[in-house]
Amino acid sequence: MAKTKELSNDTTIIAIEFDGGVVLGSDSRVSAGETVVNRVMNKLSLLHDKIYCALSGSAADAQTIAEMVNYQLDVHSIEVGEDPQVRSAASLVKNISYKYKEELSAHLIVAGWDKRGGGQVSVRDLNGLLSRQPFAVGGSGSAYVYGFVDAEYRKAMSKEDCQQFVVNTLSLAMSRDGSSGGVAYLVTIDEKGAEEKCILGNELPTFYDQ
Amino acid sequence: MFNTPDHHLGGVTFNGGVIIGSDSRASIGGYYVSSKTINKLIQVHDRIFCCIAGSLADAQAVTKAAKFQISFHSIQMESPPLVKAAASVLRELCYNNKEELQAGFITAGWDRKKGPQVYTVALGGMLLSQPFTIGGSGSTYIYGYADAKYKPDMSKEECLQFATNALALAMGRDNVSGGVAHLVVITEEGVEHVVIPGDKLPKFHDE
Repeated sequence: MAKTKELSNDTTIIAIEFDGGVVLGSDSRVSAGETVVNRVMNKLSLLHDKIYCALSGSAADAQTIAEMVNYQLDVHSIEVGEDPQVRSAASLVKNISYKYKEELSAHLIVAGWDKRGGGQVSVRDLNGLLSRQPFAVGGSGSAYVYGFVDAEYRKAMSKEDCQQFVVNTLSLAMSRDGSSGGVAYLVTIDEKGAEEKCILGNELPTFYDQ
Repeated sequence: MFNTPDHHLGGVTFNGGVIIGSDSRASIGGYYVSSKTINKLIQVHDRIFCCIAGSLADAQAVTKAAKFQISFHSIQMESPPLVKAAASVLRELCYNNKEELQAGFITAGWDRKKGPQVYTVALGGMLLSQPFTIGGSGSTYIYGYADAKYKPDMSKEECLQFATNALALAMGRDNVSGGVAHLVVITEEGVEHVVIPGDKLPKFHDE
């Protein structure tokens, strides 16, 4: 009898800060072992109006963490009477991940905009250290694009350049990683709000051998 | 099973020649660096080099045997060997001894018949010809960079820059790659060995 493997978001996720906001991107493949169970899953999850997170690792764990933090942020923002800070969202994610680190295997990148810090990307490493970085990549596909992002990232890129950078990175990772594929989802967050975009597979940039 | 870390290397064709490059770190178990300046680019004939990845002991033994076979073959044929012939010799050795060996090779060179070529021999003995290829543990981190930046028919300078950048990026992310960058440029005219010490390697945004 065939044994179903756990649903996994082995994936490619990326988040970058630009002057005035952040851009998050992800692929859309969810696999259970060798089978693609969902080819159009949006892994960019809303935590608050201007704070999103990108999910990777175990699909169930990641979604649950995102939903719990969404609820906790709603309560928190009502209590303080204003939009929550990105670092608050990141701390809430960290608290859950750290407390249950033996049981959970999900990795979330939190990114958003708040009026105190502007655009910020927060990422937690394997042991639980939370740090703010100018950009972060995650998921199984990220290994293939470390070189590319190291070489191409520039400080203070414009919003459009950032979006193009994210799309290029996702496209490269999806073409090399078996666990990443489908369409590319992008979310751009700035002072005015969050804008979601979906780029279909045939509209992704192609490179020399395609 | 003991995971043998295996460093990083690559071969790229350009307009008129080929560049083969590697890092220079040898390590034991990924913890102890046994050599900071090992040269993994082995000359198997006048215009043919190969670079080794995987178990360095296995690779050295195989290249020694291959060097002998290739020079014998070239004497019998009374002409310099084809790059494909050299790669095939390595492939035969890898395939027939696949149970015991744990080494992969990239063979690059120039011959009169097809000009500059790059061949890759994978762990089990598969032989593949490509315009450029990367290998070793550090190569995973630069697949994206190489796919994005490679163009066919580059000039020698563009190709050198591409290879140097790729090596520097991989060494920056992979803990079992490091040291200096060894590059060999092979053309019809001859062979040129370029060594770039660690502090002269290109730096990127976070360095």
